[in-house]
Amino acid sequence: MDRRESIKNILLGSALAGIAIGSQSCEPDLEETPINLEKPKGYGRTPFEREHDEKIANSPDFFSADELSAIAALCDIILPANDEVGGAIEAKVPDFIAFIVKDLPMHQLPIQGGLMWLNGESQKRFEKAFVALDTAQQLSIIDDIAYPDPKKESTTLEPGRVFFTRIRNLTLTGFYTSKIGIADLGYQGNRANMWDGVPQDVLDKHGLSYEAEWLAKCVNQEKREEIARWDDKGNLLNN
Amino acid sequence: MQIKEAPKEYDAIIVGSGAGGGMSAYMLANAGMKIAVVEAGSFFDPKDPATMTQMKWSYESPRRGASTNRAFGDFDMSWGDWKVEGEPYTNKKGTDFRWWRARMLGGRTNHWGRISLRFGPKDFKHRDVDGLGENWPISYEEIKPYYDRLDKMIGVFGSNEGLANDPDGFFLPPPKPRLHELYYIKGARKSNVPVIPSRLSILTKRINKDRGICFYCGQCNRSCSAYADFSSGSCFIFPAQKSGQVDLYTDCMVKNVTTNDEGLATGVSYINKKDMGEYQLKSRVVVLGASACSSARILLNSTSKQHPNGLGNSSDHVGRYLHDSTGSGLTGFVPALMDRKVYNEDGVGGMHVYSPWWGDNSKLDFPRGYHIEVWGGLGMPAYGFGFDVESINKYIGASVGGYGDKLRDDVKRFYGSIVGLSGRGESIARYENRCELDEDVLDRFGIPVLQFNYKWSEYERLQAKHMVDSFEEIITNMGGKVMGEKPGKDKEYGLLNPGQIIHEVGTTRMGNDPLKSVTNKYQQLHDAKNVFIVDAGPFTSQADKNCTWTIMALSMRASEYIIDQFKKKNI
Repeated sequence: MDRRESIKNILLGSALAGIAIGSQSCEPDLEETPINLEKPKGYGRTPFEREHDEKIANSPDFFSADELSAIAALCDIILPANDEVGGAIEAKVPDFIAFIVKDLPMHQLPIQGGLMWLNGESQKRFEKAFVALDTAQQLSIIDDIAYPDPKKESTTLEPGRVFFTRIRNLTLTGFYTSKIGIADLGYQGNRANMWDGVPQDVLDKHGLSYEAEWLAKCVNQEKREEIARWDDKGNLLNN
Repeated sequence: MQIKEAPKEYDAIIVGSGAGGGMSAYMLANAGMKIAVVEAGSFFDPKDPATMTQMKWSYESPRRGASTNRAFGDFDMSWGDWKVEGEPYTNKKGTDFRWWRARMLGGRTNHWGRISLRFGPKDFKHRDVDGLGENWPISYEEIKPYYDRLDKMIGVFGSNEGLANDPDGFFLPPPKPRLHELYYIKGARKSNVPVIPSRLSILTKRINKDRGICFYCGQCNRSCSAYADFSSGSCFIFPAQKSGQVDLYTDCMVKNVTTNDEGLATGVSYINKKDMGEYQLKSRVVVLGASACSSARILLNSTSKQHPNGLGNSSDHVGRYLHDSTGSGLTGFVPALMDRKVYNEDGVGGMHVYSPWWGDNSKLDFPRGYHIEVWGGLGMPAYGFGFDVESINKYIGASVGGYGDKLRDDVKRFYGSIVGLSGRGESIARYENRCELDEDVLDRFGIPVLQFNYKWSEYERLQAKHMVDSFEEIITNMGGKVMGEKPGKDKEYGLLNPGQIIHEVGTTRMGNDPLKSVTNKYQQLHDAKNVFIVDAGPFTSQADKNCTWTIMALSMRASEYIIDQFKKKNI
């Protein structure tokens, strides 16, 4: 397999590569698709952005060690590991939260205040800090703040609910943007692909189909390597 | 401070390397003119591994792509957004225009949505239809040949539909619709809103041997390393450089156009960001493509005995008639899209279908139309993913809130069930809406900044009302529920601030009457025949279309006029 073909395989995945390689034979002069296959380090920062990232990474934590353990305890309650998949702790969500509050300071005060509220509530009910409670005790508080109170009957719990919503949001985002979380979600993209429509079984399930008239306009992936030609009126001659 | 002059003289200096400047550089260089391209931002090549964000995973960013440093998130390929460090702008009291600047080679073309819509015959003569604004001094028939060449030169997918005001072209074949787009087609048609394949400058099929073909990562806003989408660097500047006719000056902020005793341009003066020194370049022709507002600013800062009110500004029209597209939108939750099978539907970087304007404004309470853009699907999670996901349960009467496995189930059940509709419409260009110099405020280069004064009128508010009413109807037709509160009159129907759609045009409008316009129909200053403007400044009116394709068609036309006049020694 020459380099051009190997690039195609990487680009399209081996199952699809045959189509493109097959059609390419009628255009033997084409140069390689100049796709960049090297995986550089970093994520493409400008010098200013790199400096910003380094400054934040090297700055002391906003939260104390006690606050960070309470955050970790909450992350673990919100998305615990189960038999099939790791949880927020495995996905290092507490580290993400420790970073993001320095990067987006708007989160700092609500979380700090919320943790104080949580410890206050724990003291009131069990005379201990939240992290020192046993699981049943922790959940008895969490169950009171993890659900909305549409009638707003208990106003004293409302700050806890607002706080829990924020921590839950950050935990969800931290988890589902991690490698573990993306795999758990099943996201299939961010790779070279050849989109050729909704899979038939999905169309069937939704009772949908492509209209012939619409499909006739769409790209024929078998001829994508052929250089486009039109007649004078703009009709594509080689789709 | 000593101003240093470069010894060599160019045939033309092009200020700005975006859609307009890039096209002009390409045309002039290939016609054999010796040119300098002066760009305020840094060098950028979409395939440079050091700056590339394409194919990065969210977890490669410690903030998971949040918008701390870039308004559209870490991976969006725009260096600079509505705020640029050291380059402020101001607003007249009670107004709030937002000004996006991309400080990089290729400018905003690196991150734009690639939506490439020709203006239609009516768009050039809209005053004849409704008595508002001003007609362009050119017609669709005059610009059609340039659109045709542009389609083939750059590549745009779409379909010939024979619509009266959304002209056909030379299209590459469009991609098939995604699942949520099939739902949109059904929902929109039920309300007699037409839906057609979208028109984006992305190569679904090869157009030449130099550029790659789309490999469906859905990340055009990150700028394609295979050059399979249009960016000015990959399509214009780098090919132009192959001619050997181009000197590229990056990180050079043009301050003003220099002029002689006859009032003609002699070149430009710029600040080199690397040493903060001021330098001059000489040329026979100056082409401004710095963006509608930046070019206006350069003209206003180019005062002289011959041009006391700023270059090209004897009519006091520079900076006036500034107008952006209108924008409003709604988000819907579609229960039929719950519990989806997950597969790769990244597709191209943008929607596969859209709705051109369908209404008859003579029967409506607002004069101009809008098109509908659709988003949704099984995208890559980034910062913000999962926020309030459990609250979606309220739309299906299920229990809201919770944690643990129930929460996990919610995330998966609702993944891909959210659809968004955005309207992008035409506003009326108004004399009062303008940018001018704010002499009290300087940027870090010591150049007076722009002050904006821009207000929407009732026309735009009523159009936004029509948008959200239509979107609510379509979402309902899809079996969906509008998420959040539909914005009412108190929220101006969700009408975004001027500048937020980033289609600002009109600041140096073209016309036949030098008292009412800044350039003639070849985008040549009425007041100085060797100065041309090739960005969106000369737009007499915006349409219910995005402006980039027209910027480029016009820049091609203006550039051929420059070449002709240069060869005839008229300039």
